[in-house]
Amino acid sequence: MDFLQNKFFLIALTFGFYLAAQLLQRRTGIKLLNPILIAIAGMISFLLLFDIDYDTYKQGGDYIDFWLKPAVVALGVPLYKQLSAIKRQLLPLLLSELAGCVAGIVSVVLLAEIFGATREVVISLAPKAVTTPIAMEISSAMGGIAPLTAAVVVATGIFGGMTGFRIVKMSHIHSPIAEGLSIGTAAHAVGTSAAMERSERYGAFSSIGLTLNGLFTALLAPMILDLLGYSV
Amino acid sequence: MILQFGVLFAFLVAGELLVRFTGIPVPSSIIGMVLLCASLKLGIVKLEWVDRLSGFLVHNLGFFFVPAGIGLMNCLGLIADQWVPIVCATVISTVIIIAVTGWVHQLTRSASSKLAHKIAKEGE
Repeated sequence: MDFLQNKFFLIALTFGFYLAAQLLQRRTGIKLLNPILIAIAGMISFLLLFDIDYDTYKQGGDYIDFWLKPAVVALGVPLYKQLSAIKRQLLPLLLSELAGCVAGIVSVVLLAEIFGATREVVISLAPKAVTTPIAMEISSAMGGIAPLTAAVVVATGIFGGMTGFRIVKMSHIHSPIAEGLSIGTAAHAVGTSAAMERSERYGAFSSIGLTLNGLFTALLAPMILDLLGYSV
Repeated sequence: MILQFGVLFAFLVAGELLVRFTGIPVPSSIIGMVLLCASLKLGIVKLEWVDRLSGFLVHNLGFFFVPAGIGLMNCLGLIADQWVPIVCATVISTVIIIAVTGWVHQLTRSASSKLAHKIAKEGE
């Protein structure tokens, strides 16, 4: 049974779940077969079933996690390709990002309060719209639970990536720029990869959304939490 | 391909160094992304030096989030206790962010293009 804890085996299995879901999703067109979702659910089930703890998985998983940072750096390329479009509408971009950032933090905090979350859970949810490194940093600095934040961030990304284009349609948002932008703002890099599948242009504006919201959230979240009564 | 890796990691290192020496509360990867974009614009880095690797990483971004998501198994108890507020707040707030961002963008954009149009007309 020792072999099941081998880090290469665990990495290979992660690839396996992801690929199988990708294949099935393409064949069937069922959105719920989201590869990220299936890989996470499949791996958690496997680990629980064979009584393997997360720290053991992490010895393999860290090699995958490692590429998250270079991948975020790589988003500079689609961003560069859309620079002229960004320059033409700098003010609308900044204003809508600011609005999205504040609306996101305030709404998730108030809603979590209304539905009865404890203080540390509320703080953990506050930065959920931005990419994991930023969100975890804010969460732990403000007294939240960083692993919970990471899980919620990924779940938010999957939800936003799967439903984002339907939500923009229902909200009567029509321009490709606004569509990409709002998905990236709400669902960070996972939403961006969904937007990227539609086209590079959607993806580029989505990466603007994730960048600006990341910056604004890093700067404003502590202040907003403070104003809402969650000072450190 | 080695060049592509080298350039991308050089920008990540630049981000790490900037965070280390200035202490700004922004992740190194975001800084690296902004620096890479600026360097491409300034012509310091050529697009073909980074295009292939970045294309691969960007198109498979979701996969790299899987291990963080598996971390969920460490807080299953907490989630079982408070799944209602966690799920409701997350879902509703995500919809709000998408709607607000999109609306404000469409509004400000049409306002600013009208303004530009007006200025152009007055100039004639």
